[in-house]
Amino acid sequence: MNMQARIRTETTAHIAVADVRLLADPGGVLVHETERLLVVADLHFEKGSAFASRRQLLPPYDTAATLARLTRLIMRHDPKTVIALGDSFHDVRAGERISSADREALKALMQRRQWIWIAGNHDPALPQDIGGEMLETLRVGALTFRHEPQAGAALGEIAGHLHPAARVTSPSGSVRRRCFVGDGTRCVMPAFGAYAGGLNIRDRAFAPLFGDAAPTAHVLGQSRVYAVGWSACGHD
Amino acid sequence: MVKKPKPPPALLSRALLPPRFAAWFAQRGWEPRTHQMALLEKAQQGESALLIAPTGAGKTLAGFLPSLIDLEQPRNRSGLHTLYISPLKALAVDVARNLETPVQEMGLPVKIETRTGDTSAAKRMRQRRHPPDILLTTPEQLALLLATADAQPLFSTLRRIVLDELHAMVTSKRGDLLALGLARLRAIAPAMTAVGLSATVRDPDELRRYLVDQNGANPLAGLVTTPAGAQADIQMLDTRERLPWSGHSALHAMREIYAAIKASRMTLVFVNTRAQAEAIFQQLWTINDDNLAIALHHGSLDAGQRRKVEAAMSAGQLKAVVCTSTLDLGIDWGDVDLVINVGAPKGASRIAQRIGRANHRLDEPSRALLVPANRFEVLECRAAIDAAKAGEQDTPPRRIGSLDVLCQHILGMACSEPFQADALYQEVRSAEPYSDLPRKDFDDALDFVATGGYALKTYDRFAKIKQTKDGLWRVANPKVAQSYRMNVGTIVESDMLKVRLVRGRAQQRAVPAASAPSGSGGLWYPTRLQGEQTRAAYTGPLMRGGRVLGEIEEYFLETLAPGDTFLFGGEILALQGIVENEALVARARSDTPKVPSYAGGKFPLSTWLAQRVRQMLSNPRSWKTLPSQVGEWLKLQQHFSMLPPASDLLVETFPRGERYFMVAYPFEGRLAHQTLGMLLTRRMERLSLRPMGFVANDYAIAIWSLGDVGEQLASGKLALSTLFNEDMLGDDLEEWLQESALMKRTFRNCAVVAGLIERRAPGREKTGRQVTISTDLVYDVLRRHQPDHILLRAAREDALTGLLDLSRLAGMLSRIQGRIVHKRLDHVSPLAVPVMLEIGREPIYGEAQEQVLKEAADDLIREAMS
Repeated sequence: MNMQARIRTETTAHIAVADVRLLADPGGVLVHETERLLVVADLHFEKGSAFASRRQLLPPYDTAATLARLTRLIMRHDPKTVIALGDSFHDVRAGERISSADREALKALMQRRQWIWIAGNHDPALPQDIGGEMLETLRVGALTFRHEPQAGAALGEIAGHLHPAARVTSPSGSVRRRCFVGDGTRCVMPAFGAYAGGLNIRDRAFAPLFGDAAPTAHVLGQSRVYAVGWSACGHD
Repeated sequence: MVKKPKPPPALLSRALLPPRFAAWFAQRGWEPRTHQMALLEKAQQGESALLIAPTGAGKTLAGFLPSLIDLEQPRNRSGLHTLYISPLKALAVDVARNLETPVQEMGLPVKIETRTGDTSAAKRMRQRRHPPDILLTTPEQLALLLATADAQPLFSTLRRIVLDELHAMVTSKRGDLLALGLARLRAIAPAMTAVGLSATVRDPDELRRYLVDQNGANPLAGLVTTPAGAQADIQMLDTRERLPWSGHSALHAMREIYAAIKASRMTLVFVNTRAQAEAIFQQLWTINDDNLAIALHHGSLDAGQRRKVEAAMSAGQLKAVVCTSTLDLGIDWGDVDLVINVGAPKGASRIAQRIGRANHRLDEPSRALLVPANRFEVLECRAAIDAAKAGEQDTPPRRIGSLDVLCQHILGMACSEPFQADALYQEVRSAEPYSDLPRKDFDDALDFVATGGYALKTYDRFAKIKQTKDGLWRVANPKVAQSYRMNVGTIVESDMLKVRLVRGRAQQRAVPAASAPSGSGGLWYPTRLQGEQTRAAYTGPLMRGGRVLGEIEEYFLETLAPGDTFLFGGEILALQGIVENEALVARARSDTPKVPSYAGGKFPLSTWLAQRVRQMLSNPRSWKTLPSQVGEWLKLQQHFSMLPPASDLLVETFPRGERYFMVAYPFEGRLAHQTLGMLLTRRMERLSLRPMGFVANDYAIAIWSLGDVGEQLASGKLALSTLFNEDMLGDDLEEWLQESALMKRTFRNCAVVAGLIERRAPGREKTGRQVTISTDLVYDVLRRHQPDHILLRAAREDALTGLLDLSRLAGMLSRIQGRIVHKRLDHVSPLAVPVMLEIGREPIYGEAQEQVLKEAADDLIREAMS
């Protein structure tokens, strides 16, 4: 299968949160089509250089890689508003380390769009001169956008922070991928950053979010988002 | 010119041996062996040497004799005189113990100590300041010592280094690390000579070069060999049972193996994988009516458990030990008189060394029994026996030194003392594996150590080593050195999880152990289990706190779901779940564990044996030495299809079910076949043949597709030369490498060895699981942004010989150009049956990953619709 064919067969799935239908792109973002809103979680810009400052010299290309992927998705969906759901910058000093090329690329992406940075635990404050607007939470109709999902019921909440990933097992084998996880009332988004790892949705960190009804994992495939039942998702 | 006759050994020994030593030999009733004296002569002439001798030839004493004689003389100043390096710390400890005997009996003023990971911090510190005369240690400990500021004073007195089991060390990255350490030792102590102790190898000159300075006047160490001992007595089990078509567990032969164990004093039963060891151990115990003391030994078992088995072995309490390559090397553990090798021998040298574990008296032949587990393995066993008779060796060819190991070494040298790049480059080139190292590679490695080696020069302020004004490279701060010390070594374990025994929800009482023969401890006996039903998976909160049974590879556990049962340590266990880095298990009530199927063997079939197998197949006259069942099978193949010609590639095509199959017989080993399968399916996809999957074993590969490959070949629409063209190693390979999990695993190893990823950091233990996640992500990013980065180059080099075995695949593709024979058949051929039976047992490759997601999603849809 060559790349051409892959792009043509690309399909998208929908995830319902509090009766709002959101388009789930296999690239790992949610799109609210009527509001022309694109949501992305846990970009973790400059994670590589954060490690480097502790002398673990990871390749310094993660911000560029993350931006390139995000740019493609923004071109595809052309949103009016972009919401970055927190932990967009790996730490508060990321702004001092980001290369000027990456900073320019980010600026270009933000132009002519409303850009909202939701505050995360890694980035309680924005780097200087980065632009956009910073909020703790944002409500849009029935939906509430925040970084860290709240324990207990939270109707309409869309959050990040946990980096959900699913291990899917079928008779043919087992695969571990990033995923959206939701139960119709709320949704936790996959981490988008190139160096952001995944936490298995069977981890206890997810337990307080979903009541008795088992959530569904919307797993990122090569060109599709696959809805996978809770029972098919295993431990690592 | 008149040739001076060589003096007889007795005369030679009188000349070389001081009275105290001559008396000691006489007192023990020994005559010094020719090779011991020859090695002593070389040592006294200040020459390095390689000694090739079988186990039991007094190799260790030969290695140390020159040191002991030297140390008998009063010395000007005390200090480390001899360093001994062993691949196993247990071997170092054992040799130290054995060395004490002559030292005490002769009353020599010699202090002998070991240094391993188990040595206390206080003792290690003391050893650095006040070293013993002889220190026995491992390659990793040597690297650590060389990276301290004490290296110069500590090693300046060194006269000799003894490298034991050299043939085993040089084949891996450990050998690269050791070679670099050796180069540094030569620089610190120019008068030092090196002695290598080795089993028989294909090309002794490679090891002789390894021992000495490659920039020096004489780049070849001396050679001492012993005359071959008695020819081993090797038989192949001619089973009365029906020979299986596939599989590796040899269950059909269990009664015959049991009878052989019973008839011998003590037997080592070698197998190729842990899973095979478990299965055979379990099976032997189910028929152990005489309660023979049969134990199990493999690398995943808890170390304490292994030590118990070893102690029982040397005490002569055991009748047999089922073991993996963990017992291939070194220590003489008792009076073994029979070696049974179950499954494929894989290589002539490997099997020769295993057989050498039996009967350490040189004058008696070692006895060995080869037990093939399936029909192809019969051919392989026959080939191995023929190769052993002919004395053929197929140890792997010399390694080119790895770049990731070089990176580690450069940082270590900076931790020791500031260095000049030119001088270090010369020193590194004196090591045999790096003798051809281009300056650019060295500079790239240096750049990597300093700032990561990225084209985007953004990390200068985070540099790990920095250049001083006078051009010396030194570590940026003490934390860098600390982190180096915590991460030294080249063995990157597969991610291992501890296996901890917990109670399941049902709180069932522990199942009683089998009645063990009295007075034998019973710890190595499996638990006999009654009852039929498998315990249901435990779904409540997992309780921790049980006993740790050992460790198991994470990738193996990934194939299991909670509730699945498997064999471990001779027990049937049910996986309860995985919490952090522990697999929690409970004893299961089941007679039939879901035995996992990756038992194919981790050693690839050697090219040498493959060659012999191909020749045997193509020559019907040689079949008379094979069991009649196998001869008949080959005759049938001749009748229905044809036999693979010795130097051509046979490709068969036939329809089966709704699919079209293509089976090829390259005989290049499973790893090379898997790579070939990946590349062929990509190519077939492009040709719209719609391949669905493939399986590979050591001999053949089977691909199935929706398109009729046979018809396309017969009608001339497709040529085999197109399908098997060497150009698949170009773009197809590149494209596949981007996604290959194997390549990511290879990269991870390089990243850890080179120090990009720290396994351990001060104050926090990073588990392997976290390492895997981040290196995969790092690999993806680095590949896109700097594909020529030194670590990607290192990973690629590893892949050539390692998990992808590209070098063998490339050799095969070029060999068969214009020599491919196609047989279009109506149905499966006799020779294809074994590989066809792997379907459903072995993991299937291809588009399978997306298929997993699709199936899981389809299940959800069915669930929703029902």
